[in-house]
Amino acid sequence: MRARIIGLLAGTILLAGCAGAGWRGTGDLGVVIERANGSVQLVSTTERAAIGRVAGLGDLSHASVVYSRDGRYAYVFGRDGGLTKVDMLRGRIAQRVVQSGNAIGGAISQDGRLIAVANYVPGGVRVFDAETLELLADIPAAYGDGKLSKVVGIEDAPGNRFAFSLFDAGEIWVADLSDPRRPALQKFKGIGKEPYDALVTPDGRYYLAGLFGEDGMAMLDLWHTDRGVKRVLDSYGRGTQKLPVYKMPHLEGWAMAGRYAYVPAVGRHEVLVIDTDTWREAGRIAVAGQPVFVIARPDGRQVWVNFAVPDYNTVQVIDTETRQVVQTFAAGRAILHMEFTPRGEAVWLSARDDDRVVVYDTASFARVSEIFADKPSGIFFTARAFRTGF
Amino acid sequence: MHTERVALHDAAGSRYGLPHPLALALLVIMMFGVTFATSAGAAAAEPSPQRAAQLTYMVRQDCGSCHGMTLTGGLGPALVPAALKGKPAAYIKHVILNGNKNTAMPGWSPLMSEADAEWIAERLLAGFPDAR
Repeated sequence: MRARIIGLLAGTILLAGCAGAGWRGTGDLGVVIERANGSVQLVSTTERAAIGRVAGLGDLSHASVVYSRDGRYAYVFGRDGGLTKVDMLRGRIAQRVVQSGNAIGGAISQDGRLIAVANYVPGGVRVFDAETLELLADIPAAYGDGKLSKVVGIEDAPGNRFAFSLFDAGEIWVADLSDPRRPALQKFKGIGKEPYDALVTPDGRYYLAGLFGEDGMAMLDLWHTDRGVKRVLDSYGRGTQKLPVYKMPHLEGWAMAGRYAYVPAVGRHEVLVIDTDTWREAGRIAVAGQPVFVIARPDGRQVWVNFAVPDYNTVQVIDTETRQVVQTFAAGRAILHMEFTPRGEAVWLSARDDDRVVVYDTASFARVSEIFADKPSGIFFTARAFRTGF
Repeated sequence: MHTERVALHDAAGSRYGLPHPLALALLVIMMFGVTFATSAGAAAAEPSPQRAAQLTYMVRQDCGSCHGMTLTGGLGPALVPAALKGKPAAYIKHVILNGNKNTAMPGWSPLMSEADAEWIAERLLAGFPDAR
């Protein structure tokens, strides 16, 4: 016991040089993906500074992160199928496997014991022990005459389930991993053409997949999967006039303000407002470009929007009471992602082409800090550990 | 390999009933004879070194969102020479500028010139340079 404590302390001290003396928690930490370098920066939202860098994570040109429920470990999903478990306190890689040839993202189970990865090549889902990264289950996304579909939009769901969508097959599957080595699958076919991303509502009840190939969203009620997948929000999509989409919008999370959700329109310079009681469109807000991320401040009073190329130097803020754009500013060059601190007093933006992360005060809109990062993309804070769908 | 053939069909083959790559090449030459001819002796249209650097960066970073920064594929297909083998530069240029209405590939003509797209197509076939 004593040896373990000393070991942990020694590890903590490694980071303590930058982080102040002694022990620390991880609740105010996060990682910033350095996409061109295969590295991540560890950051502190209290100090508004980088506290370390971890390299050797492979191709992070598309990457996402989930956290262990104790906030100690970040699981980083890379483009090249790499799954890396990063120790936030020791500032180093704890485990790493290259589990496929091409991956898009992953999720952690409700009980924190399982990590599931959605793969493009070979198309399917693989499930790992969160502690050891041992492979527990392999779920090939076979459809039709046995072809494998790319898998997108993997989300954790209550009951140690994972829901995900098959891009090429137009299917939604729910895998129940109550017995991790024997997943029980429910398959929903013909849900719509080319689901490209998905989200689960904050309460874990509804799984919604955006469809690239047609309008509307495919919705599954995870409380009543026997009722099947329904099409909602017929006005959501590209419409009859197919506009070029320079970057796929991301449906990470659901920007909620009361009963209303704010979502990026596909290929249009609009943010859509959805009434989640009726699942109908409740309004549209004109914005500066094709939205990529539409993210609510944790209190729901503001919604921040970033955009696809060529409008990605601009960030806009929508006031949810008036549904007006209240701020438009040049936040930096190539803003790729935004992450709020857990209670929303600040937002961190990655400015890829400025090689820095910029931090804004969300009340005054003043820039309060800048942190050097090499081609930063995703920013992920440990508070995600406690949220379904993150 | 399989995806590649599907993409070729989706782009033009199925619409014109010409699945053979050679036939497709012929069709492309017929459709874009003028630009194809220019591409053979393209010295005049070559982007400036600064523009070439911008384009290289754009392909790696922005096209990389779907095709991967190493161009080995993602939601979009791989764009490495082995994956593009047999596809004429004029066809690739056409897809870059106009997109493919059967896939998520957008047309980039609002953001680049014909010469830019031609330069990218030729570099993709030869092995795309590193952005750094």
